[in-house]
Amino acid sequence: MLIEIRSEAFDPLAELSRYQDASLPTARIGALAVFIGTMRDFNEGSSVHKMTLEHYAGMTERQLQTIVDEARNRWPFDDALVIHRVGELFPADPIVLVAVWSSHRGTAFDACRHILEALKHRAPFWKKESLEQGERWVRTNTDGHAPPPSP
Amino acid sequence: MTIRVRYFAALREQMGRAEEQLAFEDLASVADVWKAVCRGKRLPEDVLCAVNMDYAGADTPVKDGDEVAFFPPVTGG
Repeated sequence: MLIEIRSEAFDPLAELSRYQDASLPTARIGALAVFIGTMRDFNEGSSVHKMTLEHYAGMTERQLQTIVDEARNRWPFDDALVIHRVGELFPADPIVLVAVWSSHRGTAFDACRHILEALKHRAPFWKKESLEQGERWVRTNTDGHAPPPSP
Repeated sequence: MTIRVRYFAALREQMGRAEEQLAFEDLASVADVWKAVCRGKRLPEDVLCAVNMDYAGADTPVKDGDEVAFFPPVTGG
């Protein structure tokens, strides 16, 4: 289980294979579900050329650990990797990686989705967008088409 | 008693500061802390609160040495 907040750009696929090679007995794992969120160059009708991600150091890590622990209690998966960027991001930069390894696809998919949706609703991160006409804070999450988990 | 109060994101910008120390004797709850920093205003529904890095409500009690944070809805991921 690894949860990391990064202030520098990261390569999600390289991180995935590095973590899997170092930590997982892949012959026993039947499923890997992965979500990678990247920065778009548009939002709510405006082009966005830069984004700044702020977080509450300490509380963010604690919330992410709680979310991963909750998911593992509900869907007993083998391992998980969560990496989230903070700082200045540019279009196409990876923002978040959530990966869940499990024996079966159901557990991997469900736990991966739960961790991502719970992160979006509970982990203290905030996005500020840089537009041509100035800056604005993102006010709400988009609909992930799944009910938000109870806090 | 001393309480460390922290603000994040848009709320940090509105307050014009990232944090402050409060030294009052009559702070019993998160709502009291908000009133102390916002001159008696009620805690808005869209402001989230944490005490010692756990989510808290307006009624959550506070004690000497606590860290209380206020921030807008989160938008990570």
